[in-house]
Amino acid sequence: MRYVDEFRDADTAHALAAKITALCEPGRQYKLMEVCGGHTHTIYKHGLEDYLPEQITLVHGPGCPVCVIPMGRVDDAMALAAGPDVIMTSFGDMMRVPGSKGSFFDAKAQGTDIRMVYSPLDSLKIARKNPDKRVVFMAIGFETTAPSTAMTVLRAAAEGLENFSVFCNHVTIIPAIKAILDSPDLRLDGFIGPGHVSTVIGCRPYEFIARDYGKPVVVAGFEPLDILQSIYMLMLQLAQDRSEVENQYSRVVPWDGNPVALQAIGETMELRPYFEWRGLGFISHSALKVSERYARFDAELLFSVPGVRVADPKACQCGEVLKGVLKPWECKVFGTACTPETPIGTCMVSPEGACAAYYNYGRLTRQRVKEATQA
Amino acid sequence: MTSDQQSAGVSEASWVRDALAVHEEQTAEEEISRGGHRGSPQPLPGTVREELVLERIDRARRARPRVKEERITMSHGAGGKATQTLIEAMFLDGFRNPLLEPLEDAARLRIGAARLALTTDSYVVSPLFFPGGDIGDLAVNGTVNDLSVSGAVPLYLSAGFILEEGFPVADLGRIVTSMRKAADAAGVQIVTGDTKVVEKGKADGCYINTAGVGVIEHGLDLGVAHARPGDAIIVSGPIGDHGVTIMLARGELDIEADVTSDTAPLNGLVAGLLAATGGVRALRDATRGGVATILNEIAKAANVGVLVSENDIPVRTEVRGASELLGIDPMYVACEGRLVAVVDGAAAGDALAALRAHPLGGQAAVIGRVTADPPGIVQLKTAFGGTRIVDLLVGDPLPRIC
Repeated sequence: MRYVDEFRDADTAHALAAKITALCEPGRQYKLMEVCGGHTHTIYKHGLEDYLPEQITLVHGPGCPVCVIPMGRVDDAMALAAGPDVIMTSFGDMMRVPGSKGSFFDAKAQGTDIRMVYSPLDSLKIARKNPDKRVVFMAIGFETTAPSTAMTVLRAAAEGLENFSVFCNHVTIIPAIKAILDSPDLRLDGFIGPGHVSTVIGCRPYEFIARDYGKPVVVAGFEPLDILQSIYMLMLQLAQDRSEVENQYSRVVPWDGNPVALQAIGETMELRPYFEWRGLGFISHSALKVSERYARFDAELLFSVPGVRVADPKACQCGEVLKGVLKPWECKVFGTACTPETPIGTCMVSPEGACAAYYNYGRLTRQRVKEATQA
Repeated sequence: MTSDQQSAGVSEASWVRDALAVHEEQTAEEEISRGGHRGSPQPLPGTVREELVLERIDRARRARPRVKEERITMSHGAGGKATQTLIEAMFLDGFRNPLLEPLEDAARLRIGAARLALTTDSYVVSPLFFPGGDIGDLAVNGTVNDLSVSGAVPLYLSAGFILEEGFPVADLGRIVTSMRKAADAAGVQIVTGDTKVVEKGKADGCYINTAGVGVIEHGLDLGVAHARPGDAIIVSGPIGDHGVTIMLARGELDIEADVTSDTAPLNGLVAGLLAATGGVRALRDATRGGVATILNEIAKAANVGVLVSENDIPVRTEVRGASELLGIDPMYVACEGRLVAVVDGAAAGDALAALRAHPLGGQAAVIGRVTADPPGIVQLKTAFGGTRIVDLLVGDPLPRIC
């Protein structure tokens, strides 16, 4: 298939892998973090780790949109959805995220009107079709999805739609990366930068990582060869003792981002003073709310939201997994109490979550894989 | 809830406690079986610890299935893990008998000297009419195929209709005509039936249930539990056509592609295959849950490993493209006219030739083999050159495909 197969070519991968191995200093261990959950998914889905020398460990980062939603926010959304005449719309990924009383799927089974949409704009279709209902879009995601929420709000305003609002849970990636860099329990050598987020914000926001923390960053695409090439670029920087921001995904990511998208976000949303992240706790200026100018589309103002905090279950170590301190299987409840069908932690829910990716695709040690495939 | 949590306005989820209780129980059992020492004095190396965790997970997966939800959710109908749990914990437990226990596509019965196969299936597909077929031929072909892959020659079908008040008679006429045509094509007769009408809003237009009986005329005992290391795994053609067609036909995705459903009767294809070789161990039609689900059933039932190669699995470019865009894996997408065959490795060539000689099997391919290790696990060699697990599907966003 054109524009896909070229980026999955095994021969090219073998050649790149050899170059990566050649760059490893004897005796040195490398820890590289892929920030974005989309990368984690690609790495596991294509079995990319099979190409890496054992000296290189990939650490899975916090960039999985549903993984960072705290339980209390899910409960708030369900309370909103259960209101009279409310239709809640949400991305499919969100449907199985557990709140303290179950997931959207469970709420739906009990009669709450929650519908899956592929684009926030579909919520407007539903709002137009049901003028006597109040449609609330559960907005989640990093800067990747924020522009589509922003465009939806702008469209609703232009149409004068009065029965549509947004329950805004958009978060921003930079404060999360900073929290990880400042975390004392982790030593990283470099970052595979998020590709989709960067199509919006560009590469400049990562410059502080290279400048102030001395860590190289390579913004990467989502095909397996993109990631392998980014690892090569990171290893080359490390070998040459450089720390710079480089753009591997230049076919999609402009250095300065997408000004139209940024402007739409800037117009319709503003930074919250702080926001709770699943497992990471409160991070200041790390999330977006609907701006004052568009307050009539802000579900948090239109409805009474309980705003109760729900403690992460003590046994759940999503925070450590999100920060890359623990590998998924090192979590105490991984795969026994917490599985994709009954997830306790969010990392087990989304296909972009590190735990779900490991459980679904990687549940064998590299040694076992070698034995089985060569037998 | 502890008092300090209460004062901070923080609550704890109650259902988590149940999940953790089960976990504690399992871990305690494990400790006892390892000699009662909690933790070892020397920390074990990483790979060994990972192995131990994986063994623990393996045991958890083999534990008796239990429906944890209080209500039925759409996942229970999606053909993945939740469906399997519901079937095993609810229906198999409730009805348990030796004929039901293998959970094959049809039950095999001995009545006097005759060996018969009996099966039933309900159809709730939305939309009712789609490129390449409609609910009518789906309802006939689905039951014909369940009988065929059980090694039976399909003979007689029943048809039960649940109709919604207000459903257009002309649409029902179209459905009946296509059922008639499908039955003729498969050489079966619809010999009994039932009709119910429910109030508007209590059903979605038209649901159909069909049951079928067939006769088993050979001495083979087909079943996924018979798979053994060295066997070849064959699919009879490109996978995922039906599921992708239905997803696109719903018109919710604003994607257009030139795909049609693969709905077709497999009895002719199966007859040709069984006549060509005695080496067939199991046949399955890859409906809900797709080929990946069948491979997992093989691995679990026979306690073997399954190793397939992504490069060898036939998938049409249109289906691959649509799946890429939708973020789904064609391995999990339903087919309605494709089968997976487990064949003695030595007979793979004959089996493949027999399938390819039939119009429905022109693109049949060997996609992998059965291995001894690791038992219960399906592995995929990716086109990229890596290896990963292919597990049962958890949760399906688009369940009403058949």
